[in-house]
Amino acid sequence: MSPLAAGASPPAAAKPETPSLARTPLHALHLRNGARMVPFAGYEMPVQYSAGLMAEHRHTRASAGLFDVSHMGQIVLTPRSGEADDAARALEALIPVDLLGLPEGRQRYGLLTDPSGGILDDLMVARLPGRLVVVVNAANKAADLAHLRKHLPEGIAAELVPGGLIALQGPKAADVLGRFADIATMRFMDVREVAILGAPCLVSRSGYTGEDGFEIAMPEDRAEEIAEALLADASVLPVGLGARDSLRLEAGLPLHGSDIDPGTSPVEAGLAWAISSARRQGGARTGGFLGSERILSELARGPARRRVGLRPEGRAPVRAGAPLFAEESGGAPVGRVTSGGFGPSLGAPVAMGFVPTALAAPGTRVFAELRGARLAAIVATLPFVPAGFKRG
Amino acid sequence: MLRFTDEHEWLRLDGDTATIGITAHAAEQLGDLVFVELPKVGAKLTKGEAAAVVESVKAASDVYAPLSGTVTEVNEAAVSDPASIGGDPQGAGWLYRLKLDDPADMDALMDEAAYADFAK
Repeated sequence: MSPLAAGASPPAAAKPETPSLARTPLHALHLRNGARMVPFAGYEMPVQYSAGLMAEHRHTRASAGLFDVSHMGQIVLTPRSGEADDAARALEALIPVDLLGLPEGRQRYGLLTDPSGGILDDLMVARLPGRLVVVVNAANKAADLAHLRKHLPEGIAAELVPGGLIALQGPKAADVLGRFADIATMRFMDVREVAILGAPCLVSRSGYTGEDGFEIAMPEDRAEEIAEALLADASVLPVGLGARDSLRLEAGLPLHGSDIDPGTSPVEAGLAWAISSARRQGGARTGGFLGSERILSELARGPARRRVGLRPEGRAPVRAGAPLFAEESGGAPVGRVTSGGFGPSLGAPVAMGFVPTALAAPGTRVFAELRGARLAAIVATLPFVPAGFKRG
Repeated sequence: MLRFTDEHEWLRLDGDTATIGITAHAAEQLGDLVFVELPKVGAKLTKGEAAAVVESVKAASDVYAPLSGTVTEVNEAAVSDPASIGGDPQGAGWLYRLKLDDPADMDALMDEAAYADFAK
C-alpha cells in the first residue's frame, strides 16, 4: 500500500524522530498518551493518540478535547510609549482590521496581507494593557516576525515569545476550565489574564474547531502540569493534528498553506467578514494596509472566484489538489479542491475549494476529478457543522 | 497457506484462489477507514498494479495487486461498512479474491514470521 493523498494534514506514513525537529513542552505527555508523532511545521507533533482520529474528533464535538498548539507563534508587540493604541495603529498598516477600535480584553481574527492583496498568514490579535499579542500559524512564524519587524515603525518591538499553548475545545470546555480559573463570564473572543494552578496564563475564548472553547498560553515549565490537570477530568481527551484538521474542515475554517496563501485574496477566500468596516470604502480609516487597492476593489466589484464548501455525492472523499470542472465531461478545469476528506460528525465526505463566482452559489453542481473519473459535488454553505460559540 | 507482502497485504490460498486483504499492522497504521473501492469481478490484475483504494479520514492509500490473476469475488460488506475492516482486517475484513495465474508465485512471498519481523 502507499499513500495516495494526505490532504492538508500530515501524512500517515511519515517517520517521526528526525533529530532536527523541535519539541513542544508537552512532548513527554504525548508519548505517555500513546501518540503517533509526525513532523509538522518543524515540530514533532501528535497526529493522533491511542483513541484514534475518529474518536478524538467525536469526543471534541460531544465533550472536550485538549490540543497541543505550542508550535504556533506567539508574537508580542510592545510599543515604547506603553500605549497599546500605538501598536494597534502601526499594525493596521499590515492587517485590514479595526485594531484601534479593539477593546482591551478582546481579540479579533485578522489577515496579514501582502502588497498584491494576497494572504501571508491568518492570525488572532488580542489587546492587553500596553501591548498586543498576535498568534500566528506555526509554519509562518519566522516569516511573520520578519515581516512585522520590516514594516512596523522603530518604536514598536515585535518578539516571538516562548511558552506552552493549549487549546481546550468542545461543549464541556468551559465547565472543565472553570474549575481552574474564573472564565465563566468570558464571551467568544474575550481574552483574560488568569492564574491556573498558580501559573500566569493568558486565556482566549476561541479556537479552530467550530466549538466553544479556549486557547490557553502558559509558561513553558508549567505546561505539562496544567495539561495533566485538565486531562485528569474525565470529560477531556487529548486530540491530535488529524482530528484538528477534520474538525476545522467541518467548521469551514481555512488552513493557511492549503486553502489560503499569498496567491489568494481575503475576498476570494470568503474572508471579507474579517475586514472591518472602518477599513473599507467609506470607513473611518479606509485602506492604508498592504494590498488595499486590490482588496477594496474586490469588495466593491466582487472577486472572480470564491472559496466554497463542497459536499461530494456518494461516499468517496475528494482531497486537496483534485481539479474541479463545470461539466461532467470535457472542458478545462475551472477550479481546484484545497482541503478535503471525511467529516466524522457528518458521516460523509466534505471539501473546500475555489470555483468561479458564477459557480459559487450554494446548490450548484460541480465535478471533481478523482482517479480518472468525475464525481459530482454540491456547493454548500460553510460551516458544514453549526458553530457552538458562546457569543452571548 | 498464508502469505504477506512488503506492501502490507495478506493472501490466503485456497486451491488456486487467494483471498486478499490488508494486514492488521496496516489497518492499525491507517486508523478508522471511511471508504473502500474494490476491483470489479472479472478484472484481470497484473502484479504491482493498483487494485483497490482504502481511505481513512485523513488519507487515501492504494492497495496493489500482490500477484497476477483474475478477480473472482469482492467483499461487499467491507464496501458498505469500511469501518468494519479495522475490527478484523485478516478475517471478515478481507477485500477481494483473486484466481492466481500461477499459484506457485505464493512461494516468493513472506510467511507470517518473516512479515512480523518486516513490520517491526
